[in-house]
Amino acid sequence: MTLTIPALIAAITLFVMAIFLGFELITKVPPTLHTPLMSGSNAISGISIVGALFLSNVAFTGGSTALSGWLAFAALVLATVNVVGGFAVTGRMMGMIAGRKRDKDPS
Amino acid sequence: MSFDPALLDLGYVVSAVLFIVGLKNLGHPRTAPRGNRIGALAMLIAVLTTLAVMQSRGDGIIGWPLILGGMGLGTAIGLLMAYRVKMTQVPEMVALLNGFGGAASALVALSEVVGRVQRNDLPEGLALWVAWLAIGLSALVGWATLTGSLVAMFKLMGGITLFGRWIRTPTWGPAWLNIVKVVVAVAIVGLIVTSVVQPGNLWIVAAIVALSCLLGVLVVLPIGGADMPVVVSLLNAMSGIAAAFTGFILNNSVLIVAGSLVGASGLILTFIMCKAMNRRLVDVLFSSFGGGPADTVTRTKVGSDPDEVAMLLDGAQKVIVVPGYGMAVSQAQHAVREFAELLRDTYGTEVLYAIHPVAGRMPGHMNVLLAEAQVPYELQIELDEANNQFATCDLVLVLGANDTVNPAARSGEGPLAGMPILNVDQAPVVVVIKRSLSVGYAGVDNDLFYMNKTMMLFGDGKKMMGELNAAIKDA
Repeated sequence: MTLTIPALIAAITLFVMAIFLGFELITKVPPTLHTPLMSGSNAISGISIVGALFLSNVAFTGGSTALSGWLAFAALVLATVNVVGGFAVTGRMMGMIAGRKRDKDPS
Repeated sequence: MSFDPALLDLGYVVSAVLFIVGLKNLGHPRTAPRGNRIGALAMLIAVLTTLAVMQSRGDGIIGWPLILGGMGLGTAIGLLMAYRVKMTQVPEMVALLNGFGGAASALVALSEVVGRVQRNDLPEGLALWVAWLAIGLSALVGWATLTGSLVAMFKLMGGITLFGRWIRTPTWGPAWLNIVKVVVAVAIVGLIVTSVVQPGNLWIVAAIVALSCLLGVLVVLPIGGADMPVVVSLLNAMSGIAAAFTGFILNNSVLIVAGSLVGASGLILTFIMCKAMNRRLVDVLFSSFGGGPADTVTRTKVGSDPDEVAMLLDGAQKVIVVPGYGMAVSQAQHAVREFAELLRDTYGTEVLYAIHPVAGRMPGHMNVLLAEAQVPYELQIELDEANNQFATCDLVLVLGANDTVNPAARSGEGPLAGMPILNVDQAPVVVVIKRSLSVGYAGVDNDLFYMNKTMMLFGDGKKMMGELNAAIKDA
């Protein structure tokens, strides 16, 4: 895989734009949502699952790099725990918040 | 025209857009549950796209057992954790998951560098610089996130039981430690640059890993438990940045976008939290808080009993409940709702809940617990509104809160100085349910407990609330 300068510039552009977008995305958040927002965005940071997937595969194409393979496997397990656990626990918290909203409506 | 597998990467564009929409939705109360689902969908699309891209390249997926096994194991552990965890322990769990996220990114970077060195497949020129810098930075941020999150988790738990003995998580950080932190950080950056010059040297990588782990511990260790929510939020932002760096290693767009989004929005959330606590991030990170010697409590106060409190509640017009971490540990939220309903049905009392922004171990902690007990949202009032109402209520019930109601914060001195508090001392009568007179996280003795108008009910929150409810029924 050769990295060209245009490809690198494109990646850096993406990086900088996404950071600016992230700054703009979150403005006023009520304290009630601080914990769910944190745990939801924490689940999103489990995106490294993508990297772990690629390397879990690549590791065995060479055949001899068992260490690299196990490291990728560990990364895959941890990233999956982060993703699944993160979204599930956020969903549980949201369920409680949504639950009380429904209770409120009829009155 | 035949289908070019490179077009599969368009799946990442869809995924990235959904991440943005999901995160946006997560920030508003009405749309938050949908935001979470959109985020999960985005992740699913990212994973499926990745599998498709892998299948289309070279020999396709050859590590199926490893991949399915890893995802299966991770899913099982993740679900078990998410559904087993008690709502009081959610902050600890978020800290732990966050550490896992950071570790995953760091392990991806490590796997890449180890694999390339062992296969003797080192990139050259620009690609080497980009890959090795990204690997180093990903390792720095990722490993520090892991160890920092673990320390934060133990701080949130208060300590651990080792060999049957309770060991309190220490808070330790003399001023000179800040210099050590800077030295370690500079050393890591130096090692990262060296690693580019000697790309085949795995010892340098090992040193980066070790020092980064050390740095995470050093940064979090001096920070007191009261500031942990801010720290966890900051670590969350860091785990996003670590993921973005792995995106540069693998030249993968969705890793860069999702990682940077979490990094930037996490930082904004961190600032929002700091503002709620009236603290500056720099102070949180570099000046030890609540780590100083705790006040030793020398004064005493005679405890009251539930019957006495029940008598005072007879005919009350307005009562404000101030919950704190004590409500969370004793799981008293259901008893609290029962208390409110009893008062409403018996005397027609208006019962409100004053929620301090940092009550509990994480912002919103109290709201989540009260929601679990189905306390209506509109009865939960925030700091400013609560402070307007204390003077006009009949009685304030403080349940397991300490620092957030400590008048010492208004004095402008000591560790609590400047923190906005609930001015419960303006109420005519204050009832405090607490296990003892001991100091809170900040280690400051609380004058409120010794005031003449304050009645202390010493005991476990849930047990005391139960007794109080029984006494109201009997009255």
